[in-house]
Amino acid sequence: MSAARPPEGAQHRSAQHEGTPVSVDRAELATLAPLRSQSAGRWRGLVLPVAFIALWWLSARFEIVNSALLVSPAKVLATAWEQIETGRLFRALSASLAREATGFLIGTTAGLVLGALLGLSPLFNRIVGPSFNTFKQISLFAWIPLISVWFGLGDVAKVVFLSLAALVPVVVNTCDGIRTTPPGLLEVARVYGYTRWQTITQVVLPAALPAIFTGIYLALIYSWLATIGAEYLLVAGHGIGNTLVEGSEHFRMDLVIFGMVVIGLVGWLMNASARALERRLSRWTGR
Amino acid sequence: MNAIATPTNELHIRGLAKRYASTQAQGGELQVLQDIDLHVPAGQFLSIVGASGCGKSTLLRLVLGLDDQYEGRIELDGQSISGTGPERGIVFQDHRLFPWLNVAQNIAVGLRNASISAAEKRDRVAEHVALVGLEGFEQSWPHQISGGMAQRVAIARGLVNRPRVLLLDEPFGALDALTRSRLQNELQRIWQKERITMLLVTHDVEEAVFLGDRVVVMQPNPGRIRRIVDVDLPHPRSRSDPRFIALRDDVLGDFLDLPVHPAPVQRPWPQGAVTTGGLRLAW
Repeated sequence: MSAARPPEGAQHRSAQHEGTPVSVDRAELATLAPLRSQSAGRWRGLVLPVAFIALWWLSARFEIVNSALLVSPAKVLATAWEQIETGRLFRALSASLAREATGFLIGTTAGLVLGALLGLSPLFNRIVGPSFNTFKQISLFAWIPLISVWFGLGDVAKVVFLSLAALVPVVVNTCDGIRTTPPGLLEVARVYGYTRWQTITQVVLPAALPAIFTGIYLALIYSWLATIGAEYLLVAGHGIGNTLVEGSEHFRMDLVIFGMVVIGLVGWLMNASARALERRLSRWTGR
Repeated sequence: MNAIATPTNELHIRGLAKRYASTQAQGGELQVLQDIDLHVPAGQFLSIVGASGCGKSTLLRLVLGLDDQYEGRIELDGQSISGTGPERGIVFQDHRLFPWLNVAQNIAVGLRNASISAAEKRDRVAEHVALVGLEGFEQSWPHQISGGMAQRVAIARGLVNRPRVLLLDEPFGALDALTRSRLQNELQRIWQKERITMLLVTHDVEEAVFLGDRVVVMQPNPGRIRRIVDVDLPHPRSRSDPRFIALRDDVLGDFLDLPVHPAPVQRPWPQGAVTTGGLRLAW
């Protein structure tokens, strides 16, 4: 799991929308195509999970595999109820989410500032750029030993780790978005006598916004992945990652599976809400 | 400002020359423009026509002030131009609208730094929306309108600041033939109404003759003026007028008898061009 590296093609998905004149027929295609696939694909997407759960239930029911390694869905449901009822889920999840939010906010804010400086100032880029490029090559989890020595195993260490996870994608995408502002639009700003400040706030930043949003979106996903990693590797305190550790140590597969489902659901929710927000923010791209 | 078109409100280009450093050219330099002398009286429509690489777009960039590296002089109203300025408007071939602004906001870009009140800006924008026939589309986004409409918005943006000279850089080059002739008629109407100096760069001979009071024929290697043709036909013009057809064929002849162009030379980007390049993060 290398959380610091976005999947190829995921960064700066907006490039094709910038500056290129979008013809009307392309815009129409863009609005028609998702409609069709959505109405048909929504239910097809459920086929695989349902089949999987059915298979899982059957193999547990008829004890096809060792029941200690694969517990039944009913056991997982019972554990889920127990975790909810005793408030342990709430405690773990709220601790994890608070950590995630803190790290995400710190990392994103620092990333926006650093990315903007790298993108806007050639001098700053020459001085800091090479160092940052080297820095980001270090796998995120390679920081764990150093962080644990410096900051211990508590919340501070975890938040530092999460901030690092959120920082990198925001810096890269912000810088890239700013630097790929269409030169033609910058010329328009020059023709109409825009000051440097006007050019940055009214041309460069709006043009970079889709890329910046991609960076923030990746930061949200990565910091969530890193939250689990941090809780698993820097074991101290509460958190949904600690639920996994506990389940693993006591050989309670029901608890492990329950924890995984919760982590997946939270990630899915973050993904869905970020996408919905992105669609609203970038209405001009015609998506 | 265009209302007080005094006789001195005119464009003078004297001894203009432009060279680019180029590794492919002989001597490491490419002569893009040479000995350009032009006098454009106030209110005239001047067409500049030529094949690709004759330097006509470079000429326009110099007049616009996007590039200060040249020899010779460019004077508007007796004053040497320096940098870009509100008295010179431009319509680019690619409309270059800001995709995050709607039609009215894009037109208002031309007034961003004009020293007039907000109410006056609103009035001017509304007036120019009407001028290019886009009433009802004020709130549309650039991706929602056709290429022809986007170019109308670009024309309105170029005119909204009431420039003394409007520069048009192959404004209809990317449009389909039907839209192109409709917009040529529109541009003729707008020019007659606004009475400002217009410089049109095009590779379409018919367009140049149809719109221009004079047609400057340019030839490449180095980019220079081959001849200037007066188009002494009344506006509005008709494409089926025999005199128009005769003039068009006359100008077209200039291009048909030209010797075959040697190996095409890659034209480098202008030195003054805005670049965002430099160090790029490898990710």
